[in-house]
Amino acid sequence: MLSRVAERLYWSARYLERVENTARLVSVYDELLFDLPRDIEISWYNLIEINSGVEQFEQRYKVKDERNVVKFLLSDDINPGSMLSSLKAVRENIRTTRDVVPEEMWELINELDLYARQNIKQGINRSQRHVFLNTIIEGCQKIIGLLAGAMSRDCGWHFLIMGRYLERADMNTRIIDAAVSVMLQSKEEEDVRLGQVVWSKVLKSQSAHLDYRRTVRTSINGAKAVSFLLNDPCFPRSLSYCLEQIRDAATKLPRAGLISAQIKTLSEQHYPISSSEDIDADFHDYLNDLQLKVIEINHHITESWFNFRQGDAA
Amino acid sequence: MDSLSSQYQSQDFFDELIDPKGKPRAPAKQLLNYLNSLSEEELEKRRLTAEATIQEMGISFTVYTEEGNIDRAWPFDIVPRTIEAKDWKIAEAGLKQRLKALNLFIDDLYHDQNVINDGIIPAHIIKDSKNFRPECVGVSPAFGVWAHICGTDLVRDEDGEFYVLEDNLRVPSGVSYMLENRAITKRVLPELFENDDILPVGSYTAHLFDTLAALSPRDIENPEIVVLTPGIYNSAYFEHAFLAQQMGAELVEGSDLFVDEEDDCVYMKTINGPERVDVIYRRIDDLFLDPEAFDGESVLGVPGLMRAWRKGTVALANAPGAGVADDKVVYAYVPAIIRYYLDEEPILKNVETFLCEDPEQRAYVLENLDKLVVKPANESGGYGMLVGPHSTKKEQAMFAELIEENPRNYIAQPTLKLSTAPTLISKGTLEPRHLDLRPFILQGKDSYVTTGGLTRVAMKKGSLVVNSSQGGGSKDTWIVETKGQ
Repeated sequence: MLSRVAERLYWSARYLERVENTARLVSVYDELLFDLPRDIEISWYNLIEINSGVEQFEQRYKVKDERNVVKFLLSDDINPGSMLSSLKAVRENIRTTRDVVPEEMWELINELDLYARQNIKQGINRSQRHVFLNTIIEGCQKIIGLLAGAMSRDCGWHFLIMGRYLERADMNTRIIDAAVSVMLQSKEEEDVRLGQVVWSKVLKSQSAHLDYRRTVRTSINGAKAVSFLLNDPCFPRSLSYCLEQIRDAATKLPRAGLISAQIKTLSEQHYPISSSEDIDADFHDYLNDLQLKVIEINHHITESWFNFRQGDAA
Repeated sequence: MDSLSSQYQSQDFFDELIDPKGKPRAPAKQLLNYLNSLSEEELEKRRLTAEATIQEMGISFTVYTEEGNIDRAWPFDIVPRTIEAKDWKIAEAGLKQRLKALNLFIDDLYHDQNVINDGIIPAHIIKDSKNFRPECVGVSPAFGVWAHICGTDLVRDEDGEFYVLEDNLRVPSGVSYMLENRAITKRVLPELFENDDILPVGSYTAHLFDTLAALSPRDIENPEIVVLTPGIYNSAYFEHAFLAQQMGAELVEGSDLFVDEEDDCVYMKTINGPERVDVIYRRIDDLFLDPEAFDGESVLGVPGLMRAWRKGTVALANAPGAGVADDKVVYAYVPAIIRYYLDEEPILKNVETFLCEDPEQRAYVLENLDKLVVKPANESGGYGMLVGPHSTKKEQAMFAELIEENPRNYIAQPTLKLSTAPTLISKGTLEPRHLDLRPFILQGKDSYVTTGGLTRVAMKKGSLVVNSSQGGGSKDTWIVETKGQ
């Protein structure tokens, strides 16, 4: 397989996952703000911070309010990670790799892109936002379902898997980090009330609510929620699961030794969290560190299979 | 629809389907009987089926506009154009003969230039040709063939005789649409394929593959063949992807390839590491092929590609420099070229051509601009042309100036009475529209001509411009065996 084709597949999967995650994130924030007591202050602007969008946001907007934040995340073309920008990127990548994905993929992504563009106002105004974001999430899942049911498990598939789970791992740590920041900023007397709402929403954003209940079997608290989202081996959005998927896909490709070893080391690390007190500034640093490690894996994938140097041995 | 024949009139032109008495020509008989049996509604239904099929199959071409590049659905008319098989046999022989002579001519130009020394063609025509590449002098591609894939435009005059309008020896496009047109028609008029002797067109990609594989410099069982595209923004990208897919070849862009400094071989970058490439079916123009040899700004090509090709480690189809023979001034000499190299009479005629560089002919052209078609020597796609009878005084004056400035760059031809065929214009109405035909000819170890070719049709009443970039449409082309009728 051509390196360029592999790279485009990898990025199409990353962007598709980003579309879904962005929709999930905005959707869950919406709910979070509904459920919080009036006296607790949480800003939409957190979403910009966790998505590393501060600089670009400030170039464009003065007011850090809901409307501008949602606009930036969903529709802004100055933001390369916005939902519409990501959809466009999926479309462009698939356009040039149509011959290695199932035929219907191109039609489905066109449909989704068209729907998003025609109805983007519904996403920005609050009244119909939920329906809009749900349709987007369903559209993404339809494509993932098509791939699962119709795509050969050859090299192309492995690059899609790596792209999807790398993006998911990245978002997983960012969402946990966002919740940690909210908790660290809050006043001590609000901690308990706030914690319950925040952590249950975090689980919900990952569709992890029910799995958590079944697996952990206790009421929701920060320490348990975080441990579940980082370490559960079976839940398909946990960090641990994502890393295992990347490793598994990589080992089926040539020259995977380095990446496989790197992921193994990363998976074996466990940050000890036994109570809510452990969710502190150190943990925040640890999450930052995790994100850097994920970026490093991306870098290695790029080096091993995409950025090709003359004279590399076959 | 039973009044089709009586209401249909194509005065003064040769109609491909209907004779001057209003009767169906032999190869069109079954087709027209069948169309006549369909109600207006049914015919409209078939048209909609075609439209839906085109969208489903994603058959498109790209148009450049100021607002950006637009992907348009392929314009298609459901009424096929028919040609009798015995007429086609002659055209086929003529096309093979022509390409054979042109390849001998190109090979001669880059070696001894006997054709000039023997006074068949004036030296300055080659010296001034934009498409003569000094970089190619002395190179000897396999089988002495430079133009492996040729698209030749044929037209029919009022007597139904085929004439060659031009040869495209650089990167001719359209063959994928020929194949897709047949696929669409099979869905739209399936009944006819059961009963009629319509010759199949589907084997083109297999022949193309064989032609390319035979060029491999390495004698191995599975040579690596790639299709080199300028990328998604090229108007023929659909075709590049289509042909690569049909041949099972990789579709590559320039940045996917590199030439190794040590062995001067071409490699493609794969996830397994470098893989050697044997044959490149390139769909980018000469001057963009290699920034080291030609346009240093080009990002489409591969640095060192010309070096590799000259050394013979990779085959390029078509070979660089092949375009020297599709210059429209050279065109005028093709009959002489055929006689010179093959010692045969040309089977297919040229359209009468006036060379503006010749003072006498130029005077005639300038006096008759309102009657002639003036073409630049090196453009394609129907751009930069003057169609005399459809032009304004102002346009004629502009062309007079252009010709005086650079006579070598212009030729003129009489305005042709292009043949017509019934074309579905509005619901249930068939009207005559002008058309041409582009067959594709392959030459390598063997020769091959497509069964028929791509029929392009000018959708506007009276118009002679068939290019899809300028509002032209297309039709399926049927070569029909009529023996026994």
